[in-house]
Amino acid sequence: MPADTSTAREALQSVPNDPGAPKPDAIVTGSNITRTFGGLKAVDVDHIEIQRGVITALIGPNGAGKTTLFNLLTGFDQPDTGDWSFNDRPLAKVPAYKVARAGMVRTFQLTKVLAKLTVIENMRLGATGQRGEKFWSAPFRALWGGQEDEVTARADDLLARFKLDAKREDFAGSLSGGQRKLLEMARALMVDPELIMLDEPMAGVNPALKQSLLGHVKSLRDEGRSVLFVEHDMDMVRDISDWVIVMAQGQIVAEGTPESVMADQRVIDAYLGAHHDTDLSDLDEEQIEAAAEAELEAEAEEASS
Amino acid sequence: MNLHTVIDAALSQALGPQAIVFALAAIGLNVHFGYTGLLNFGQAGFMAVAGFGLAASVVTFDLPFLVGIVIGLLASVLLAFVLGAPTLKLRADYLAIVTIAAAEIIRLILGAVETKSWFGGSNGLTGFVKPFRDMNPYSGGLDIGIASWGRNDLWSMTVGWVLVALSCLLVWALMRSPWGRVLRSIREDEDAVRSLGKNVFAYKMQSLVLGGVFGGIAGLFHVLKQGSAVPTDFNTTFTFFAYAALLIGGAARVLGPVVGSMLFWFLISGLGSVFSQLTSGSDPIMPTWLMTDTQASLVRYIVLGLGLMLLMIFRPQGIFGDRREIAIDAR
Repeated sequence: MPADTSTAREALQSVPNDPGAPKPDAIVTGSNITRTFGGLKAVDVDHIEIQRGVITALIGPNGAGKTTLFNLLTGFDQPDTGDWSFNDRPLAKVPAYKVARAGMVRTFQLTKVLAKLTVIENMRLGATGQRGEKFWSAPFRALWGGQEDEVTARADDLLARFKLDAKREDFAGSLSGGQRKLLEMARALMVDPELIMLDEPMAGVNPALKQSLLGHVKSLRDEGRSVLFVEHDMDMVRDISDWVIVMAQGQIVAEGTPESVMADQRVIDAYLGAHHDTDLSDLDEEQIEAAAEAELEAEAEEASS
Repeated sequence: MNLHTVIDAALSQALGPQAIVFALAAIGLNVHFGYTGLLNFGQAGFMAVAGFGLAASVVTFDLPFLVGIVIGLLASVLLAFVLGAPTLKLRADYLAIVTIAAAEIIRLILGAVETKSWFGGSNGLTGFVKPFRDMNPYSGGLDIGIASWGRNDLWSMTVGWVLVALSCLLVWALMRSPWGRVLRSIREDEDAVRSLGKNVFAYKMQSLVLGGVFGGIAGLFHVLKQGSAVPTDFNTTFTFFAYAALLIGGAARVLGPVVGSMLFWFLISGLGSVFSQLTSGSDPIMPTWLMTDTQASLVRYIVLGLGLMLLMIFRPQGIFGDRREIAIDAR
C-alpha cells in the first residue's frame, strides 16, 4: 500500500481515457472475462485494470453486468472464460472465501447482515485467522479467549467510527436499511482488506446518512485501501471517485476521470442522459413541456409520413 | 380415574430411557437445524447405522463390544460425509431430500432378506448387549413412589443421562465459541459468511458430522437399552418425533432438545394413560361412540399434534427460545 495516496491519484492523470487502459500500479488486472446466462452475454470484458490506492467507480445502466462482474471477481459466480489476478495472484476459479482471505472483500447490493446475531457478533465474525473457529480448539476458551478480546476491541473501535456503538447489543435484524449498509461496511473492514468492493453502498440510504457514508468511503482510501464501488448515484460518483469505469451491455465502453467521463458523449447517450447534471426542479416547467410537445410532434410527423 | 397411574406412566417415560434416546437424537438435530440451518430429515438413518454397526460387529463378526461401539460411531461419521459431500454445496432443501431418502434406504437394506445373514432381516439382531448389562452395578430397580423403573432401565438411565449431560456440555462449549458463531451465521446467510473468508462448506460438513455423531450415540443407546437392534425402530416417524421434541423445547438452545424430549414423552405417555383409563372396562367413562379403547392410543397423537400447532402459533420459539430471535426475520 502506498503511504501517500495522493501519488496514486496523480499517477492516474497520465492514464489515457480508453476502455481497458493499463494503470501505473494496478491491484486488479483481468482479461477476456465472459459470462453468459442462456443466450445473454452478461459480461464481456476484454481488459480491466484497477488502480491501487484510489476510489474507482463502476457505473452503467441496469443490466450492464456490473454486479455480475463483481460476483465473478469475488468468486461468487464462475466465468465462461477469463483470467484475472489480484496483487499478481491469479484468482480465476478460486472459491469466494479464498478471494476474501487474499484481501479482496465485497459487500452486497441487498445487505446481508446476520439478522439473528447481535451487531457486535456480526463484527466479530469478520475477523480472520481466529483460533476459536477451529473445531478442536473451540470448546476450550483458554485457547481463544485472548484473541477474542483483541477482536472485540477492534470491532468496538470500528463500531464507534461508524457510529453504531449504541447498537452494539441489538440484533442486526432490528437495524434500519442505512445502518445495515454501515454495519456491512464495518464488518468487511474486520477482514482488513486491501481492496474493498461496495455494491451500491448508497441504495436506500437517507440523505443525512449518505454524507457520512461518503466520508467513510473516502477514509478507506485515506488509510491506504483501494475501493471499487458500483453506484447509480451520480453525485456520489462525482464527489468521491478518482476514476470511473462505464459498463454497458457487459462491456467496458468508457473510462476516465469523473469529469472526462461525465462529459463523454457516448456515456451521456448510453446512461446519463442530457440533463444529468441539472436538478429536475431547476428546469423551467415550460421548457420541459415545450420539449415534450416537440417530441410528440416529431413522432406524429414520423407516423404520418 | 387413577391419577397416580397417569403420573407414574408419564414420569417413568419422561425420565426413562426412551426420552434419553430422543434427547440425544434431538441434540444432534439441534446442531444441524437449530444452529446451522441444515435440514436433516434422516436422523433415524444416523441412528440405524450406529446401532447396527455395533450389533453386527458383535453378533455377526464376533468383534469385542468396545470395537463395536467405535465402529458404530465411525459409521455415523462416514454417513455424514457420504450425504454431505454432494449436497452441502447445494441449497438447503437438497440435503433434506437426500437425508430422508438415505434413511429409508438404510432401513430397508438392514431389514432386507438379502442381507439377513449380516443384519438379521426384519427381526434384527440380539445378543450383543451382555457386556453392557454386566457393567450394571445396581442390584434392583428404583421406585420413587410417583414413578418406578426396573434394574436394567435404571442402569440405562444412569449411562444415558450422563451421555446427555456430556453432550449438552459439549454443545454449550462449542456454541459459545467463534466456531459456533460461524455456524449460526451460516444459518442466517451463507454468502455473507463466505464473503468474510470462511470456508462455509467445511463448517457445514463439521456440523453435519457432529450432529450425526450425536444421532449415532442415540442409536447406540437405543439398541443397548432395548437389548436388540430392529430395523423398524429407525423409521422416518422417529426423526419427526425428534424434531417435534426439539421444537417444543426450543431450537438453538442447549437444553431445548432435552426438556423438549422429556415433555414430549411426559405428554405421550400421560395422555395415553388418561385415554386408556377413560376407555377401559365394561362401562367406560368415555362413551364408546366417541372413542373406543383401540382408538385411545392413537388419539393421544392427535391431541399432541393439536398441542404442537398451538405452540407454534402462540410460542413459536419453543419453551426456551428467545422471542427476539424469532420476531425479527429479515428474509
